[in-house]
Amino acid sequence: MKSNVARFWREIPQRYSIMGNKCGSCERVFFPPRESCPFCRRKSIGKMMDYKLSGKGEVVSYTIIHVAPEDFEEQVPYPIAIIKLEEGPQVTAQIVDCDIDDVKIGMKVESTFRRIQEDGYIGAIYYGYKFKPLR
Amino acid sequence: MRDVAVIGVGLTEFGELWDKSFRHLIAEAGSKAILDSGISGSDIDAMYIGSMSSGRFIGQEHVGALVADASGFSNLHIPSTRVEGACASGGLAVREGYLSIASGLNDVVVVGGIEKMNDVAGATATETLVTAADQEWEAFFGATFPGIYALIATRHMHEHGTTREQLAQVAVKNHANGALNPHAQYRREITVKQVLNSTMVAYPLSILDCSPVTDGAASIVLCAAEKAKKFTDKPVKIIGSGQASDSLALHGRRDICTLDATVHASKMAYNQAKLTAKDIDVAEVHDCFTIGEICAIEDLGFVEKGEGGKAIENKITTLDGKIPVNTSGGLKAKGHPVGATGVAQVVEIIQQLRGDADKRQVKNARIGLAHNIGGSGATCTVHVLEAM
Amino acid sequence: MADIGIVSYGANIPRLRIKIEEIAKVWGKDGGSISKGLGITEKSVPSIDQDTATISVEAARAALKRCKINPKDIGAIYIGSESHPYAVKPTGTIVGEAIGATPDLMVADYEFACKAGTAGIQSCTALVKADMIKYGLAIGADTSQAAPGDALEFSASAGGAAFIIGKDNIIATINHTLSYTTDTPDFWRRAERKYPSHGGRFTGAPAYFKHVSNCANNLMEKMGTKPTDYTYAIFHQPNGKFPTNVAKKLGFTTEQIKQGLVVPFIGNTYSGASLVGLASVLDVAKTGDRIILTSYGSGAGSDGFDITVTDGISNLARNNAPTVKEMVDDKTYIDYGTYAKITDLLYWE
Repeated sequence: MKSNVARFWREIPQRYSIMGNKCGSCERVFFPPRESCPFCRRKSIGKMMDYKLSGKGEVVSYTIIHVAPEDFEEQVPYPIAIIKLEEGPQVTAQIVDCDIDDVKIGMKVESTFRRIQEDGYIGAIYYGYKFKPLR
Repeated sequence: MRDVAVIGVGLTEFGELWDKSFRHLIAEAGSKAILDSGISGSDIDAMYIGSMSSGRFIGQEHVGALVADASGFSNLHIPSTRVEGACASGGLAVREGYLSIASGLNDVVVVGGIEKMNDVAGATATETLVTAADQEWEAFFGATFPGIYALIATRHMHEHGTTREQLAQVAVKNHANGALNPHAQYRREITVKQVLNSTMVAYPLSILDCSPVTDGAASIVLCAAEKAKKFTDKPVKIIGSGQASDSLALHGRRDICTLDATVHASKMAYNQAKLTAKDIDVAEVHDCFTIGEICAIEDLGFVEKGEGGKAIENKITTLDGKIPVNTSGGLKAKGHPVGATGVAQVVEIIQQLRGDADKRQVKNARIGLAHNIGGSGATCTVHVLEAM
Repeated sequence: MADIGIVSYGANIPRLRIKIEEIAKVWGKDGGSISKGLGITEKSVPSIDQDTATISVEAARAALKRCKINPKDIGAIYIGSESHPYAVKPTGTIVGEAIGATPDLMVADYEFACKAGTAGIQSCTALVKADMIKYGLAIGADTSQAAPGDALEFSASAGGAAFIIGKDNIIATINHTLSYTTDTPDFWRRAERKYPSHGGRFTGAPAYFKHVSNCANNLMEKMGTKPTDYTYAIFHQPNGKFPTNVAKKLGFTTEQIKQGLVVPFIGNTYSGASLVGLASVLDVAKTGDRIILTSYGSGAGSDGFDITVTDGISNLARNNAPTVKEMVDDKTYIDYGTYAKITDLLYWE
């Protein structure tokens, strides 16, 4: 067991619910949440507000992973994409629920709740976001 | 700020070096560079060592001290610092060494780069390399390091019409150069067809689009330019040094198929050298994956954005092309012992500018450039050098 | 006293399917006759990244998308399953966190073979009736296990449904609920073992039929109703035959059970089975429709519910989430080798 529990527990609101934050000064949305806004800098300190993103977005680029890390070997081949969420931030995530050949730049997607990985047979299970075609 | 020169270079063979340990490799490279430079141990003011992940590859941190020790300098108590910036660790070590002399603090500095990647299983090496990416928001979700570069490639193909064939031609060119390099890991030529048919790693990158896992070390000796002729009659001056950072994750970048860190670091170096991209005669760029070289020649300003694929196709960057790139064989054929790469790139440029590049020699090479990237472009160093 | 009932509902069915004939082929059996005998054509298979927690979250989120309640007003979550991802650590808290119902929340995971989800509805109903919570969330979901080569391999599948229970804005009243329970070992799984065992033909008359019939009859007696009073009848569906037979025995018609019978297309989703059937009915139900639901869980027991759809159903945004039919039709087939890999039949180290 690699015992990363606290590190992954801390990110539950981000991984389960795509909880980001918004700069109180310029209204830009960030995911994952930031301590301060990189544009407003000190003006934003203390003004960052929790903001839940919708999970809807568009594929900006993708690849199909054929050689995967141990935890993901069973899913090979799987698509990984950079998705631009409708609020602005971009995320890197797996695309699921469609054929590999259907993954295209410009495809509209929405988030779904899935198992991401687990810490072996005895460790914790980590859930989070993947994206499926918007139907 | 004083001028800084390179007065000595040293390189080990690159490859799967079962007989050579981490300590052996860095000592070999270091002693070659020191012998080449004409300095003696007592001349060394400081050492800077680039190593991406000695902790995960050989279970050893604190390698600044280890390298000074392995080189026989512990009794001289030379200050020795390990510098890390993922795959740009070597380039950062060069820059740190350079800055310490340019600032006036040191006169003679030894810079080394070392990575011993084959003492762990292949899967562990792959897992270690991906620590150059964003562990929380890229790797955690199943992105691999080749996968992240593949995301750059797919977007580049979509926006600029770059093809898999053009990517393959980068590997073909670099293998042709590597075949002429006695230190290279791979000294055999390959064809575009072989690249396209090789095992897919992360679409559109196949195994022959990817640099290998390599053991190796490289070292250079830096000296204040005003004192260089005391030690060597073939000094090469660093006329420009640049460094830049960008978001750790690829998805945080302004434009997925431009490495802004390259653009900024090269501008910094060109401005300092009072040159532009047109003045570069030969360049070593960061082709950890073939797409890396395509982006590099665009972002360094050798060609317009989006024209990188055509440039390869039109053979602009071959040994006898308009701007020879990766005459050493690049990371692809020469090998990519991560922390050593940035230093090894400078070694190749020095060889070119001294006229010592043998079969790989670019005629009349007077100004050279070394470009080193960390991760998918979160760190970049660019050094411009000129024969004195 | 205000009516208590269903405020919203949602379901989730994984997309992967394997045909009964594909499984039969591997074991050298006649798929056609097995399929006919069981009344099942194909079953749903969870992908490697789906489990009871992910199915429950998606079903719960679907339920929330259809109504306007604030998830923080959910005071209790009970998830019933035979395949909770952890033996110790509740699925309910994962769902609670994922829907934003934490931290003022009562949670416990339930187990009673295939009727653990309906047991959750009973608990939520009681808590709402006692005014201890404003809304309760009950979910029945499973990614059921079956030993390779065993008869259950043809039916054990994956899916689930979620129901929000409350007093405000209800779409259907729960007029009454009761259970019929005995200690009957028809089907069980010992702790630490991967696959269940069962009593073969013993799972029929003394188990499923006895409990479902008694429960349904007791409920109708209590309510003073006859089978013809109901628009829909939903029974636990381990295969296509048991519910059809028990319906006939009790006096219900094929028409009455049709909408709630999903097992022919997706297999037996265990704790999800009768609840996915209920979701399927609610997808098309109209004001005034009366529903009788009788679940069954081995061990053994049946939970019965007498439900009347109210005009609140017209305020529910049913289109905001996929219907059971849409999810049944959204499918892609896999072969047995892929199925074996996914369901971890291969020893993997």
